[in-house]
Amino acid sequence: VSAVHAGDPNRVADLPIEGGEAPGRGRGGPAPVRIVVGYGFWIFILSDMVMFSAFFAAYAVLADATAGGPAGKQIFDLGNVAVETACLLASSFACGLASLAAGARRQLWFHLAMAATFVLGAGFLGLELKEFADLAAKGDGPQRSAFLSAFFTLVGCHGAHITAGLLWLLTMMAQVVAKGFRADILRRILCFTLFWHALDIIWVAIFTMVYLIGAGR
Amino acid sequence: MKLLGNLDWSAIPLDQPIPMAASGVVALGITAVLGWVVLTGRLPYLWREWITSVDHKRIGVMYCLLALVMLLRGFSDAIMMRSQQAFALNSGGYLPPEHYDQVFSAHGTIMIFFVAMPFLIGLMNFVLPLQLGVRDVAFPTLNSVSFWLTATGALLVNISLVIGEFARTGWLPYPPLSELRYSPGVGVDYYLWALQISGVGTLLTGINFVTTILKLRAPGMGYLRMPMFCWTALASNLLIVAAFPILTATLAMLILDRYLGFHFFTNEAGGNMMMFVNLIWAWGHPEVYILILPAFGVFSEVVSTFSAKPLFGYRSMVIATMAICLLSFMVWLHHFFTMGAGADVNAFFGVMSMIIAVPTGVKVFNWLFTIYGGRVRFTAPMLWAIGFMITFVIGGMTGVLLAVPPADFVLHNSLFLVAHFHNVIIGGVLFGAFAGYAYWFPKAFGFRLHEGLGQAAFWCWFVGFYIAFMPLYVLGLMGMTRRLQHYDVPEWRPWTWIAMAGAVVILIGICCQIAQLVVSIRRRESLRDVTGDPWDGRSLEWSTASPPPEFNFAVLPDVHGEDAYWNMKQRALDEAAAEPAYEAIEMPRNSPTGFVCAFFATVMGFALIWHIWWLAIAGLLGAWATFVVFAWRDHTEREIPADEVARIDRANLASRRGAPREAVT
Repeated sequence: VSAVHAGDPNRVADLPIEGGEAPGRGRGGPAPVRIVVGYGFWIFILSDMVMFSAFFAAYAVLADATAGGPAGKQIFDLGNVAVETACLLASSFACGLASLAAGARRQLWFHLAMAATFVLGAGFLGLELKEFADLAAKGDGPQRSAFLSAFFTLVGCHGAHITAGLLWLLTMMAQVVAKGFRADILRRILCFTLFWHALDIIWVAIFTMVYLIGAGR
Repeated sequence: MKLLGNLDWSAIPLDQPIPMAASGVVALGITAVLGWVVLTGRLPYLWREWITSVDHKRIGVMYCLLALVMLLRGFSDAIMMRSQQAFALNSGGYLPPEHYDQVFSAHGTIMIFFVAMPFLIGLMNFVLPLQLGVRDVAFPTLNSVSFWLTATGALLVNISLVIGEFARTGWLPYPPLSELRYSPGVGVDYYLWALQISGVGTLLTGINFVTTILKLRAPGMGYLRMPMFCWTALASNLLIVAAFPILTATLAMLILDRYLGFHFFTNEAGGNMMMFVNLIWAWGHPEVYILILPAFGVFSEVVSTFSAKPLFGYRSMVIATMAICLLSFMVWLHHFFTMGAGADVNAFFGVMSMIIAVPTGVKVFNWLFTIYGGRVRFTAPMLWAIGFMITFVIGGMTGVLLAVPPADFVLHNSLFLVAHFHNVIIGGVLFGAFAGYAYWFPKAFGFRLHEGLGQAAFWCWFVGFYIAFMPLYVLGLMGMTRRLQHYDVPEWRPWTWIAMAGAVVILIGICCQIAQLVVSIRRRESLRDVTGDPWDGRSLEWSTASPPPEFNFAVLPDVHGEDAYWNMKQRALDEAAAEPAYEAIEMPRNSPTGFVCAFFATVMGFALIWHIWWLAIAGLLGAWATFVVFAWRDHTEREIPADEVARIDRANLASRRGAPREAVT
């Protein structure tokens, strides 16, 4: 009977994960909210990766369908991509610092780290948009060939995620200012950091499969 | 820039009597219902208790209601097609081709996405937390968002009836037909945005339920103690999580082709239309199992309960379910053997398709052995289950036949195929949904459905199905292709008449179901379920009251084995246990987030269909703002005091023990 109330799924209390009675594996009853939220968000990230994999598959099928237009080799600027990658990885590092600051309940450090994350993420996005705009200006926009359609969609989908992430980031900063490090806010910060790091993983795949392999062919 | 994009008065088909009359009737019906709700002062109740509810039981009921209403719409399309083909020998029939094409496209789209899916998701919503012995799903507000986004999709499809048109491409919009050049109207756009929006809802449901099943279970409810319905729901929702993003991506590519001139699937500039067919079936085949697996779960519960025996071969059933879950991703190419992938590829997918029939066969034998030696009660849910077993085996065998590539080359795109998939979807998914509807109805509402009318509905559906679809097998073998608006082969005509007659018998079945609902509501006092356990059930949902209190269980049950509630009854724990220490329960507050968000999604979808860009942006911003407002709430939960919990639970226990309620308080 003692285990009965331990894992009320609807309790907001920020239960410790370590040594919790309820791992959610069927012994101690429902898992604490923090585990449930993180777990659910992991499942969402998995589904997002499946969506990306469909765009990757489309890119792989259409990579050679240049229809007389440019191939990857002619349009990819690895220098630009290197700077983009550096921005994104550095922003992920800053995001990690932000979650440490949130764990330590340090408002100032949290906002500084989140601001750094934002600036680096926005820098990445700016470089990507510039790449897109330059290509479109040269007549090599997504309407030019199936290859370019797939390229713009795959890379642009990642960029759209980054944009949504930046919007989310600002919302989280505003929430921390308004509400402080409340349990539900901390759970959202956890989800945001998972999201932001997952976009890095996607970017590593894009960097390799699109830019490195494309420029080398 | 035009303020209303491409929308003007020509979008309303004033010259076509059928859609105008149909939408007129629907509009009258909606106005009548809304007027009744408002005039009788029930609007605040509806808003408070249903529209903003985040209770999984209420959301489940709303899902099922949506499915039943859309079933009527989808069935009207079906009977129009059957009558058109019965009359259209050497003549145009009464449906012009452009209308007939919309009818069969809408029929498929509605039946899969807005009948089968919401029906099963509704059942899972209602049943899963009860069977797992917990108080709600993992993310209650998200659950409400899912439902309302699904309703948005259904609404958009129905708006297309009166404003503009629906797709003429079939239920899967194969390019290049669905590309802008060959489908310049808004029909395909209605399809795309309706499915994108409801697809988001389905994906969120999948995430929600996977998390619920894996992380929220009553103490002691280990994986191998979960009822079979929970297992099949787990497999189904894992498939949703893994497959629906592919649909989203594929439809997004088609949207980019149509809206921004991309070249994913076009004839020009290197586009590859076969990639669409591959991608859509990489989602589409798992989708088949997303639908059938929860139905398998329903049958497992029903067969076990009404045979008064534990499910035979529980563990082999679990393995079979998870095997189907995996294998369902390895057979998609059998939907287009004729693509020309070559003999080796076709042989691989043909063999895989036959292999996936093995775990399904395991399940059929398990159900049969569960019945064997049991004390069988032939109630309506059990009749649906037995009807399913016979029908589904026939459908499965024609499926194995179609999995043989050389046979498929002859039969593909014919009415044989149409007969096959109706054989498994009606005989499997729909019968399963109806079995679950009859089985869990008393749990949801506290009174049983009228048994006689339920059995009459079953027999009409069962017999009607055979009369309607067996002729289609024959027609397929005679060479009749699917989706024919008219034809000139006199030999086909008698069979189309028989099929038409079958559709009428099914119509009588549907009338029986409507009558059953009306009669049951009117006679609810005599059909009242006071014990909470009307069928002598085995799993935890029967251990609580009918209808269950908002918090499901006053005290979370403690599980000691399979068939948790059966064990409790055997050991008389329920009766003998001392009164538990009641504690206050925190439940999530209701929230209009789902409804408001779906409102903005509807606005956005409609605006995108008609290229009203400012409105689309406004809709998107509105949806985002809704979530920010939701995230800003300070009070997310509401406490039900221990006294209140105790009062409700004591009343329930008293009712269950057959004692008068007053005596115990």
